Amino acid sequence: MTSGQASSLVEPLIDAHAHFYHADAGRADWADVNAARFRAGERMGITYHVASVLGSYGFSSPTYFPSPADVSHGNDAMLEICDREPDRVRMFVTVNPNYTDHALGEIERCAARGAIGIKLLASRRADDRLLDPVATVAAERGLPMLHHIWQHRRREWPSQEISDGADLARLACRHPRANFILAHIGGGGDYMHTFPAVVDCPNIYPDLSGSGVDRGMLDEAVQALGANRLLWGCDLTMCTGLAKLHALEVIGLGAEDMSAIRWRNAARIFPDGSFPRCQ
Amino acid sequence: MIDVNTLIGPYPFRYVPHPDPEVLVRVLDREGIDAAWVGHLPSAFYRDPTPGNRELFARLSAFSDRLLPAPAIRPDWPKWESALSSAANSGAVAIRVYPPQWGLGPHDASLRELAVAAGEQGMATLLTVRFEDLRQRHSMDSAGDLSAAAIRSLARAGDAVRLVVTAAGREMIEEVHWGLTPDEQRRVFWDISWIWGPPEDHLAKLFRTIGSERFVFGTQWPLRLTQTPSANLDLLPDDLLGAPLADARTICAAAARNPVPTTPSR
Repeated sequence: MTSGQASSLVEPLIDAHAHFYHADAGRADWADVNAARFRAGERMGITYHVASVLGSYGFSSPTYFPSPADVSHGNDAMLEICDREPDRVRMFVTVNPNYTDHALGEIERCAARGAIGIKLLASRRADDRLLDPVATVAAERGLPMLHHIWQHRRREWPSQEISDGADLARLACRHPRANFILAHIGGGGDYMHTFPAVVDCPNIYPDLSGSGVDRGMLDEAVQALGANRLLWGCDLTMCTGLAKLHALEVIGLGAEDMSAIRWRNAARIFPDGSFPRCQ
Repeated sequence: MIDVNTLIGPYPFRYVPHPDPEVLVRVLDREGIDAAWVGHLPSAFYRDPTPGNRELFARLSAFSDRLLPAPAIRPDWPKWESALSSAANSGAVAIRVYPPQWGLGPHDASLRELAVAAGEQGMATLLTVRFEDLRQRHSMDSAGDLSAAAIRSLARAGDAVRLVVTAAGREMIEEVHWGLTPDEQRRVFWDISWIWGPPEDHLAKLFRTIGSERFVFGTQWPLRLTQTPSANLDLLPDDLLGAPLADARTICAAAARNPVPTTPSR
């Protein structure tokens, strides 16, 4: 059987898509869930969790449509976790682009305290013009934007204004100096639609996270986009993150490609100096 | 260790790389898995599974020490009783049934009769909650997930019934388990292929509440990464590491009769 820790023991490992909870997130076990992420991360050998808090996770406003107050409260909680765990946690500042001034203010406030990326949920379609001011600031500050994505949007789904790879590609084309992380190719929908949709946008980096572990998904991602475009991550299921690490090791990737996916691509697109333990 | 949830053959709604028995054997070797219960994936979507079963037995025959057949038996098809006996006589450890794909409702009497008959002949009845995540399904894949009500109905059908339910998540497992009597609960085993690990720790919670002995190792190869259930077990909290799963050899008489190597289960 496989061991808990990924086999590349000396290699850093950056989870580019993580989340933490807080006391006002509507669940009594929030601290246990956060502790479980650290426990599993230690066992897997995760060097850094790059994480966001999604407002109140539906408790006082919807997860994917967080109110400005919940956005700020969640970002405060994320800042506190970063302050407590400086050696292993980095932060995406969450914004809702429907509130432009608030979003830009949160980016400024949290970047000043160390946020290294911007998290966009599903509050507005990715190619909407309302995202332009956020993307402009992201490019100016060199902060990658992690955008929640539904792989192949065929209809509307409740509780989200979903975007797919083609939607994100239109935004990325308008902002070639910004870098975009396309969320969780294993997070629902048809990833085979995503790869051709973003292949011509070199500033889009899909992450491998999500509960989906279809055989063939990783092979196709590497073949379509190349290892230098992919970021490893877990999102809500660290078991599938570990499984994907083990799977990457048996699909024929070379050492450089493994390093690229494990951490080097993340180190390249996040601001310089974001991951000192990976140097 | 036995993987109770593997299949061979293509899937109608997306490309699946090399779903072949010789590849499966190599995967078992690589992952340190002794043997696998193997179904025929296209048969879930055939009206008559008979040709698929013939192909299954033929393709597994060269690997009979590692790959144990689990043919599909459709209880609303004429002569299903003889198909069941033939499966038993041919060395099947379990039968696979696909109620949603066959349009059989949660309280279908023929399914209950089949599950009892299979159990009386020493075979488990293997159920599939889903093949793919709801969010990625083809527009023609409209069968829907197997319902908890259907599983409860089969578990209540009789003492002889042994169910192996694959691809269920925490909510369904809990809904079924706590909706059965203790005797009925003991007739049901769950594979861990779709249960979430940390940070939500669904698998750990289920081990604590229901007991690890109600769970079996399953991967849903070739549709899903074989590494996933192993990773899930490896990430259990310290006090649950090494918690014993049910030994698939002991689920039913047909499995117990099979001469599979006996590496201790984890």
